[in-house]
Amino acid sequence: MPAGDSTIVVEFEERIDPVINARAVRLADAVLAAAIAGVRDVVPTYRSVAVFFDPLRTDYRGLVDWLEVEAHRPGEADGEQPTPISVPVCYGGELGPDLAAVARFAKMSPDEVVAVHASAVYRVFMLGFMPGFAYLGVLDARIAMPRHSTPRVRVPRGTVGIAGVQTGIYPAETPGGWQLIGRTPVRPFDMDRSAPFLFKSGDSVRFVPIGPGEFERLAKSDG
Amino acid sequence: MAEARVIKPGMLTTVQDLGRWGFQSRGVPVAGPMDSYSHRLANALAGNAAGAATVEVTLAGPELEFDDERVVAVAGAEFEVMVDGHSVSTHKAFTVFAGSRMTFGTRLRGARAYVAIQGGIAVTPVFGSRATHLVSRLGGVEGRPLTAGDSLPLGDPGPAKAGHYVRRQMPHQRQMPEGRARVRVLLGPQEDHFTDEARRVLETVPYRIGQNSDRMGFRLEGAPLTHVRGADIISDATPMGALQVPASGMPILLMADRQTTGGYPKIATVITADLGVAGQLGPGDTISFTVCSPGEAVAALIAQERELMVIEA
Repeated sequence: MPAGDSTIVVEFEERIDPVINARAVRLADAVLAAAIAGVRDVVPTYRSVAVFFDPLRTDYRGLVDWLEVEAHRPGEADGEQPTPISVPVCYGGELGPDLAAVARFAKMSPDEVVAVHASAVYRVFMLGFMPGFAYLGVLDARIAMPRHSTPRVRVPRGTVGIAGVQTGIYPAETPGGWQLIGRTPVRPFDMDRSAPFLFKSGDSVRFVPIGPGEFERLAKSDG
Repeated sequence: MAEARVIKPGMLTTVQDLGRWGFQSRGVPVAGPMDSYSHRLANALAGNAAGAATVEVTLAGPELEFDDERVVAVAGAEFEVMVDGHSVSTHKAFTVFAGSRMTFGTRLRGARAYVAIQGGIAVTPVFGSRATHLVSRLGGVEGRPLTAGDSLPLGDPGPAKAGHYVRRQMPHQRQMPEGRARVRVLLGPQEDHFTDEARRVLETVPYRIGQNSDRMGFRLEGAPLTHVRGADIISDATPMGALQVPASGMPILLMADRQTTGGYPKIATVITADLGVAGQLGPGDTISFTVCSPGEAVAALIAQERELMVIEA
């Protein structure tokens, strides 16, 4: 469906589901691989793909027809799962000021919240909000606390948060409304690295608990 | 390398090119000019390619000093512009010399002017673009507005002798909005999230642009637009010109520095040909909307492209 005169959005079913998201990621990759004249940008999200194009340099009808065919192409089974990207996290304390609140929400101890958060392998459903910010899911419903009604003015870089069934890492200091449970020394976005982005849609991620000493050591060696 | 020095920065002055395309899938916003048409026009008048970086001036202009001879053109909002104390015409190329100082005086109409300097602003590109994105601090000069004392590196002026383009000017002056504008929209992509009444209100009631509006978006104040099934959608991509409507019912018009994704339904999207007009509005101004057809949207864009091609040729 069109979104204005220079963007087409291909929508799959409206729910958060790894299978639907995999179709969106596959379609986005196919658009990129096809290098269609006039296409400027392709953005896969949870359950849709936005194709940004220059209306004066694009065969619009041809693009729509091509997208319809590609969107309905049955996907090969996802094949081998990629090795999850390991993200070390120091949970609680000053680095995760909302861990206690999440524990109360979940009627668990803080350690149990950490165990639940760090036991799953998450999918990168999409990136958005700011450069390198990955929306990870699906979070265990027991610890899926909604975001704060009033966002914090300042969330430090590397803070790991929860918002409903999503979890994610703030790549830079910013205002933010998520429940903050820990911090990682790893940088999801670093302009000075040869690969500036740690994540892309479709990746899988696992959190590994570390102590404050290990956090300090890794934070120093990382930069 | 030749430079233009910033003596006074003006209110909010940034380096912009046609935007940082190709990285929205990694969460990198596009940025770019609020009024791309005027950006391109300024470049064409100065003899630059459309994608050369210009200086975007907001409401109150800067003072710049040049250190060599260059063709310069100012397009977009109408300001009084002086070079070494002499008034120069906007929407028409002029020449500056080593030591020349360009100052901006009273703003007459419109909100944003574009200063194109022969050779373009040659700050280091970030992900292929020189556009400044203020919130993520990417591009331009350290990702921030210009401040007094900044030096803007200038590109190679090219083989054309300075002065070659001086006779170029607009076939006719484009009218800048004076505090109010009507822009055309295409409904969608989520118009079915709204009541029929909301769609009627959108076309009949003008909106005031709120004080906390900026390059990311215009917060509009007026009649609320009512959702039929809640104000949350699963986040998806956000084109420039989209009118997203949070639970309050007050629409936000997403502009150049918008985030790449958003979780509110979008009732309509401003057509590309009218985005530049929207970009010439500022806080306190009034904007109203008319629904048009996709054919009309593309025809308007083709007409605009023809105007620019005559000057760019």
